[in-house]
Amino acid sequence: MGIEGAITTDNILTTQLKRVVNWSRRSSLWPMPFATACCGIELMSTASSRYDLARFGAEVMRFSPRQADLMIVAGRVSVKMLPVLQRIYEQMPEPKWVISMGACASTGGVFDSYATVQGVDQFIPVDVYVPGCPPRPEMLIEGVMAIQRHIDEEGMPPTGSDGRRVPLGITISPSHSVKPQPVGLGSS
Amino acid sequence: MSNPSALEHPTFKRVKAAFGSAKLQATEFRGQATLIVEPKDLHAIMKFLRDDEECQFNFLADVVGVDYLDYPSKMPGRFAVVYNLCAYSRDDRFFVRVYLDPSIPTEGIEEDPALFVDSVCDLWNSAEWPERELFDMFGIRFANHPDLRRIMLWKEYPAHPLRKDYPLRGRGERESYRVVDRTSS
Repeated sequence: MGIEGAITTDNILTTQLKRVVNWSRRSSLWPMPFATACCGIELMSTASSRYDLARFGAEVMRFSPRQADLMIVAGRVSVKMLPVLQRIYEQMPEPKWVISMGACASTGGVFDSYATVQGVDQFIPVDVYVPGCPPRPEMLIEGVMAIQRHIDEEGMPPTGSDGRRVPLGITISPSHSVKPQPVGLGSS
Repeated sequence: MSNPSALEHPTFKRVKAAFGSAKLQATEFRGQATLIVEPKDLHAIMKFLRDDEECQFNFLADVVGVDYLDYPSKMPGRFAVVYNLCAYSRDDRFFVRVYLDPSIPTEGIEEDPALFVDSVCDLWNSAEWPERELFDMFGIRFANHPDLRRIMLWKEYPAHPLRKDYPLRGRGERESYRVVDRTSS
């Protein structure tokens, strides 16, 4: 099955070390779900069987930031929660990536009040913005794949001349047209 | 207030008989009875409402605050504290109101001696968190409260945000926070 069927196992493949490292990094992009609101439900849906984020190697939700590469901020963040968000971000090992999922994490959404952060990108570097309220799982997968494409080509996150992390600043637009979902097991 | 003969709730008569010298006002609207008392009489009247054998309000369902700044009709005070009492034995609800007027400007968080009410935590334990919420949101303080801290906002918050003179979007509290970048992590 797979590549082993085409090439006998005692053969040798040569490649650049960088490519192997990039390949393994993008194939095991473990997310840290920072799910504070309803986007978290869509995040769970993305990881479970119908949309199956495991196809892209990113299904291993790590609730310890020390084991995670990708932080998915899913939902509104209150100012009281912001120190927690920053602490978790700081505890993640490099190279690390951040997806801002949904309108609330990206802009504050409808929660234009004294207690809600108006976009987490004001306080941590955000690489990919996934718009929607909430975004469909396809959009979130597209956001994960945007980071995977970057890792495949560049490897590490970009840094400026002062050593600071430069956010990728990718905004996802819908890559699909929404169709009715299949319901039940009927044949019609 | 309304015509006293229209007041049907029996608790009014009991309170009037027991606290003849206190300044009391009463109102009733579609079976919902409200007693308006002075802040200094509040604790004694609440204790009476709990312990009197014909009142028996054994449950304090909620304590809420109201800010009447720019309210269309004239109110007896800027702030109101409303106690929502319940008597399980009669399935009866009763409201007690206190009106307060601030003595200093309400923009800040300074302690205002006029915005003080006696805590009823010693009568109903369920008053503890609602009273903390009122302190957090309106800056109304409760004397003899066991643990009067902010309950939702953080300790250093520079305002009481449910006061009507506080802007909805705050005064920059949501923008002024440290920024994490790669160099600091």
